[in-house]
Amino acid sequence: MKKEVSSLKYVIIGNSAAAVGAVEAIRRNDSKGRIVIIGSEKYHVYSRPLISYLLMGKTDEERMKYRNNDFYRNNKCEVRLNTTAVKIDAEKKIVHLDNGDCETYDKLLVATGSSPFIPPVPGLEKVEDKFTFTTLDDAKALGEKVKENTRVLIVGAGLIGLKCAEAISKRKAEIVCVDLSTRVLSSILDEEGSEIIKRHLESNGIMFCLGRQVKEFGKGWALLDDDTGILFDVLVLAVGVRPNISLLKDAGAKTNRGILIDERCRTSIPDIYAAGDCCESMDISSGETKVMALLPNAYMQGECAGMNMSGVDFRFEKAIPMNAIGLLGKHIISAGTYKGDTYIESDGSNYKKLFYSDNRLNGYILIGNIEKAGIYTSLIRERTPLDSLDFELICKMPGLMAFSRETRAEKLGGIRNELVRA
Amino acid sequence: MKRVYVNEKWCLACHLCEYYCAFASTGEKDMARALKNVKIRPRIRVEELGGISFAVSCRHCDDPLCVKGCITGALTRVDGVIMIDSDRCIGCYTCILCCPFGAVSPTEHGAVQKCELCIRTTAGTPQCVQGCPNGTIVFEERGE
Repeated sequence: MKKEVSSLKYVIIGNSAAAVGAVEAIRRNDSKGRIVIIGSEKYHVYSRPLISYLLMGKTDEERMKYRNNDFYRNNKCEVRLNTTAVKIDAEKKIVHLDNGDCETYDKLLVATGSSPFIPPVPGLEKVEDKFTFTTLDDAKALGEKVKENTRVLIVGAGLIGLKCAEAISKRKAEIVCVDLSTRVLSSILDEEGSEIIKRHLESNGIMFCLGRQVKEFGKGWALLDDDTGILFDVLVLAVGVRPNISLLKDAGAKTNRGILIDERCRTSIPDIYAAGDCCESMDISSGETKVMALLPNAYMQGECAGMNMSGVDFRFEKAIPMNAIGLLGKHIISAGTYKGDTYIESDGSNYKKLFYSDNRLNGYILIGNIEKAGIYTSLIRERTPLDSLDFELICKMPGLMAFSRETRAEKLGGIRNELVRA
Repeated sequence: MKRVYVNEKWCLACHLCEYYCAFASTGEKDMARALKNVKIRPRIRVEELGGISFAVSCRHCDDPLCVKGCITGALTRVDGVIMIDSDRCIGCYTCILCCPFGAVSPTEHGAVQKCELCIRTTAGTPQCVQGCPNGTIVFEERGE
């Protein structure tokens, strides 16, 4: 079904996971077309989630490259780093850049990611050492400031805030984490799971003020809404991120919180695609359209966009929220939507909760023992009817044992069903 | 491409495939000496229940969710074989979240492990196949 395309010019705004997915897909179909990548940062493509591991000393700048040094060359990409797209002229198919240049395109991918949200708290401007934590430069700057006994206030106890807390706790810094929510990781855990993680982090010396927000900042201090005062040397703002939609919104594309795309990653403007954290897409575990800012989805949306841009019909329609995160030795894997009946196993340290309804698995949370979690993920992603397998068994033990003999023969023997039965 | 296939009808649940797998990655010459008093962490695992048993290892999917999901780029597909660069892997377990077969597992060293068809071992061909006494596990090309 490959259409011969050879002289197209592809422009990709963004230089992260979705961009890589697109490049790898385009080059599968079109070895000749020009690919231009426009990246705001000055770096070779790196893995954004690894910034906490860099700060922790578990990786380095070389190893945190998302693709090898020869990636751009091997894929014949023209890369314009340190360059930001400032305007898209969809009529003339031109992208204007901050250095006054412009790039024309035949197919455009907008993979602009997201930006940290800065809460409008009075006095914030008086804080000298304040950081967000989403880029390599953030990690480097923060690393310069945090030493042993540095007092760090982190606002936000979500994924970004806690990964940051984990990283700097290794430097024996004093950490206080404030969040408006009464629970840690409230976007990916339920109450009991949050409690397990909170206790685990507290036992590692991280302090929490939950259900609280900062009502005022001063030079080296924060005042919470219950009038608790916190003294700090360094402030990290990790209250969440917002999709970067303005380029496309200004160009007239349909946007909501994120850029709206269809299952082929097309925006509402012809020949403009979007992928990754800047987008909203359909979560098939809930049926809702939402921003699912996570790396695997970014790659797969980028891939989907790249396929369609290079003339091959391709759909990505199995997006679900999912996360794997480790915090000071404790691992969490979760996916899907937390609705329906539940199956729970808990011993205070290991925790498992499955959510199901209408013969389908909707979501799950695993803490501690996370082995074979992907088997649950696949039940959600594939919307597998639960009566087609031994659900009681798979609740206890994720494994292929719970599937029918025919399904197993297919999965492990590469044999189609009719051959097994014959 | 040649892959490891399993026919559960003939599996004896002897777990020898697990031992051969663990042995292959030691680089030692004598299995008994290499594995004595060692808690093995094989890349192939036997599932066993009520008289049914079968071994599960990486399927080397044509559309590998572990590779696409890998946040570091440590997992790659090289000539059809899914390889793990343990130096790059930081043990986030996103691949464990993604793999529909449960074929990627944690290790003591932080990085994950998975079957690489013994490409990096001294043997060079899958040792689970070599060690299977009943011809249950085979390494061959099938219906592609």
